[in-house]
Amino acid sequence: MAVITYREALRQALEEEMHRDKNVILLGEEVAQYNGAYKVSKGLLDTFGEERIIDTPITEEGFTGVAIGAAMAGMRPVVEWMTFNFSIQAMDQVFNNAAKMLYMSGGQFNIPIVFRGPNGPAEYLASQHSQALASVYAHFPGLKVVAPATPYDAKGLLKSAIRDDNPVVFMEAELMYAWEGDVPDNEYLIEIGKADLKKEGDDVSIITFGKPLQIVTEAAKVLEKKGIYADILDLLSLRPLDEEAILKTVKKTNRAVIVDESWPVAGMASHIGWIISNKAFDFLDAPVELVTSEDVPMPYNHTLELAAQPSVDKIVQAAQKVMYIREA
Amino acid sequence: MTSDKTTKQETAKKTPDLKHMLGQMLLIRRFEERAAQAYGLRKIGGFLHLYIGQEAVAVGSIAHLDLKRDYVYTAYRDHGHAIACGMDINGLMAELYGKEAGCSRGKGGSMHFFDKEKHFMGGNGIVGAHIKIWNLPVVFICENNQYGMGTDFRRVSSVEDFSIMGQSYGIPGKQVNGMDLLEVHKEVGEAVKRAKEEGTPSLLEIKTYRYKGHSMSDPAKYRTKEELEEYKNQDPILILKSHLLEKKLLTEDEFLKMDKTMKEQVKTAADYAEKSPEPELKSLYEDVLV
Ligand SMILES: Cc1ncc(C[n+]2csc(CCOP(=O)(O)OP(=O)(O)O)c2C)c(N)n1
Repeated sequence: MAVITYREALRQALEEEMHRDKNVILLGEEVAQYNGAYKVSKGLLDTFGEERIIDTPITEEGFTGVAIGAAMAGMRPVVEWMTFNFSIQAMDQVFNNAAKMLYMSGGQFNIPIVFRGPNGPAEYLASQHSQALASVYAHFPGLKVVAPATPYDAKGLLKSAIRDDNPVVFMEAELMYAWEGDVPDNEYLIEIGKADLKKEGDDVSIITFGKPLQIVTEAAKVLEKKGIYADILDLLSLRPLDEEAILKTVKKTNRAVIVDESWPVAGMASHIGWIISNKAFDFLDAPVELVTSEDVPMPYNHTLELAAQPSVDKIVQAAQKVMYIREA
Repeated sequence: MTSDKTTKQETAKKTPDLKHMLGQMLLIRRFEERAAQAYGLRKIGGFLHLYIGQEAVAVGSIAHLDLKRDYVYTAYRDHGHAIACGMDINGLMAELYGKEAGCSRGKGGSMHFFDKEKHFMGGNGIVGAHIKIWNLPVVFICENNQYGMGTDFRRVSSVEDFSIMGQSYGIPGKQVNGMDLLEVHKEVGEAVKRAKEEGTPSLLEIKTYRYKGHSMSDPAKYRTKEELEEYKNQDPILILKSHLLEKKLLTEDEFLKMDKTMKEQVKTAADYAEKSPEPELKSLYEDVLV
């Protein structure tokens, strides 16, 4: 075991998979000579050369399309979007080509590609640079979508994503790159589509994915001080979604809080809420609570931007609500 | 920038007020220096893209506009354009500080300055988000400061002369030296005239240079010290200053006074921003829809 950062975990996954398979290439803005806008690809140009670590112009739609074409021709590209905010420029390529190619071609062309980069708000970046787009990507059949929040999960899932024969959307976060955690020395993979129960407790299920895992963990500690014990289910994959794991924890605790940093309307959280009420209705002791971002674009002012997002306090409140505990 | 055709004569007649433009360039320079300082003190957060080195482009171009009828659009490196449009620097600094009195009520920050009244249509954070359609009186300016984030534009562009890129749409183009305000002013003047008199677009590539990193987090290791020095020797403020001294339109003393005034204005703006109140929590849900 070694303690490494989330950033380093991604770098190791890329490096190992590029050694393993020469068809794996990495392309995106500033990935080569600049070592990546967030330094995830540090040193890879030196190791693999400019044929496999490729700097692109600032044309998300263009280079994403080029990569999808390369995948159709047998390469296994990893596309780095500097952030998911700019992937909005590339959505036509992802949704109309990557997600549908296998289906439209009657099974002839699969697209073994990974689209990765930081998703969701960081700090002080205002509306256009602080968007959590998981629900948007998860909406499209034909894509897999994953959002790991620990170095261990990030490494294992990225390796699986690169080996997957389908397009995988891989969501990281600026603020997570420096987070540290244990990662085994020997090789391992994490299966896409399986959730991970990060902590056990009998009173309430808190279900989340991606960056909010950290505040959920903190909230669980606060709740423990109040004598409330939470199951924390980290979904890891949004598509395919591990329904079995969701239903299992809810059937155990009979209460659910779903934490998602995306907007509340038509989001992952509301979808999971529907799954629970549809398939575990008789087990519920309280209506499912959602903790999401406020339904507004992100403001620049720091106090406002924190108020717009899920917080430890909001999660604690929601957990108490589903337990019918009113604070004096 | 876009122009209203109906104002035909106005632009042609104006004699350029070079001293005023020198003052504007100085104000931008001092504003940016102060912003960088405030960033260091964590009064400002997020991305801060400075305009130092590029001042002649915004000032020389916007000088041609009648902002009652014409409009300015720009990207996220927008402080210089906002100042050249005559926006109040107190409101700009307050925006950087995230305050209610900011030009975007503390919701936009550095990349999203706006002023409806001044026809400053704002900073857009998305690279390349301004597109051209139809034959409109628009002067497209590609401010080429040579680098993207860390990438020399020559590595990612198939052409070195961006002014030719409008040709497939029949848009005339020209390359301009952006370190020389007089040249910028002349060339943009012609393009604006064309827009106003003929109602047609132009594309100018104005070659300039940013002295600082792409944003505050960029140490700019991808270029040499010599290259930076070379451009600092062609500083747009120094070039215009020398020109004015030579023509006896300015004295060294006047210049120093002017600079002092600008520094004072910027300091006042920083104090104003510092003292302004934070936005109220309820403003979170304001301005989502009208
Ligand atoms: C569509 C899009 N992709 C990527 C980015 C991230 N990004 C911000 S600035 C920048 C470099 C832009 O360079 P340039 O257009 O030359 O403008 P400059 O900063 O030099 O003024 C990049 C890649 C973005 N803002 N928008």
